[in-house]
Amino acid sequence: MSLARDDPRAGDHEHGSELSDTQLRVRALESVLVEKGYVDPAALDVLIETYETKVGPHNGACVVAKAWSDADFRRWLFTDSGEAIASLGFTGRQGENIVALENTPDVHNMVVCTLCSCYPWPVLGLPPVWYKSAPYRSRAVADPRGVLRDFGFELPTDTRIRVWDSTAEVRYLVVPMQPAGTDGWTENELARLVTRDSMIGTGLPRRPEDVTR
Amino acid sequence: MNGAQDMGGMHGFGAVLAEPDEPVFHAEWERRVLALTLAMGATGEWNLDASRFARESRPPSEYLSKSYYEIWLAGLERLLAERGLVAPDEIAAGRSLQPAKPARRTLAAGDVAGAVSRGSPTNRDAPQPARFDVGDRVRAKNLHPVTHTRLPRYVRGHVGTIARVHGCHIFPDTHAHGHGENPQWLYTVSFDGRELWGAEADPTVAVSVDAFEPYLDPAP
Repeated sequence: MSLARDDPRAGDHEHGSELSDTQLRVRALESVLVEKGYVDPAALDVLIETYETKVGPHNGACVVAKAWSDADFRRWLFTDSGEAIASLGFTGRQGENIVALENTPDVHNMVVCTLCSCYPWPVLGLPPVWYKSAPYRSRAVADPRGVLRDFGFELPTDTRIRVWDSTAEVRYLVVPMQPAGTDGWTENELARLVTRDSMIGTGLPRRPEDVTR
Repeated sequence: MNGAQDMGGMHGFGAVLAEPDEPVFHAEWERRVLALTLAMGATGEWNLDASRFARESRPPSEYLSKSYYEIWLAGLERLLAERGLVAPDEIAAGRSLQPAKPARRTLAAGDVAGAVSRGSPTNRDAPQPARFDVGDRVRAKNLHPVTHTRLPRYVRGHVGTIARVHGCHIFPDTHAHGHGENPQWLYTVSFDGRELWGAEADPTVAVSVDAFEPYLDPAP
């Protein structure tokens, strides 16, 4: 895999020897850092567990579901996103300044980091490979409709597209439109409709008929 | 720097390939690189801006041929060598060959949750009032520093509108190189797609960047 042509579907096993070199090098580096007392191996395990199991797009889905079902929260979310999101317990690293972006029938928001991989960790977790890849970073700002076609959907031609390039320490969370036919659903039920990609702006929420209430 | 990291508007990379049900990590070493990078970041031996520069400042061919965690690994190795913490021969040997230079801090397992939920806010008190307000027209300067910057090439020289004012933040251009936090006002600047990509571009598209005040001039 490489940044320029990150095809995760090609599979890691095709580059087995190259990867095992990297694996050995990382193991060696970790040994040196532990031996010198710079890192605590137990802290490494907690960090991995945090980002592999605790912090992820399920957090953002709670924010979106609450914005769909609670008008007061929705207003708060779009006036002071950071405080509103923090009230649900989502704060911290790579999300110190979060701004929620409202999708409407007229405006579709889409988020990218052309310069590296900036992403709202507390609400979405770590970014997927495609978000960090050259195809997405190069085209999201110049051809967003083409990128959305890569993701399998076409916006109406008169919908305006706002692309937000996260070039500083502000992180953006897209709040997609609530799917029709879901009035009266609970927050937990609504959260099942919210996909990671719909909160980046490269996808839409699931359809009500595709989830179990 | 005008490196391969600054990708906005480049052609030729092909379609975006999303992996269905993508796992958080694709190999055990990716887990370790993430954790080592975060744990070493917590030592305070360098800052986030310095680590971004360590990742991007390499030949474009090298940057583009690595995966993202390989870039993180290369950046980490470079920072460790530059700070005199770990020499390349020590990584090759897999053990310490020189006495350890003391690090400022070590992140303990019990402190991870607190450190993650606190983060590292970059907001700072404003040393002077903001020069621009929402609705002002500004031109991104035509700057080409060989050092770290967060002003992407594709907006340089173009006119946009201040859409949001985010307060004062640490200025990456100085912070990355040990020249201080130098807080600057930060703005979201919105550009019409045709201003950036020409008259033939999609008229429904607007693109914004978050730009520090020193990147911007007033525009008529």
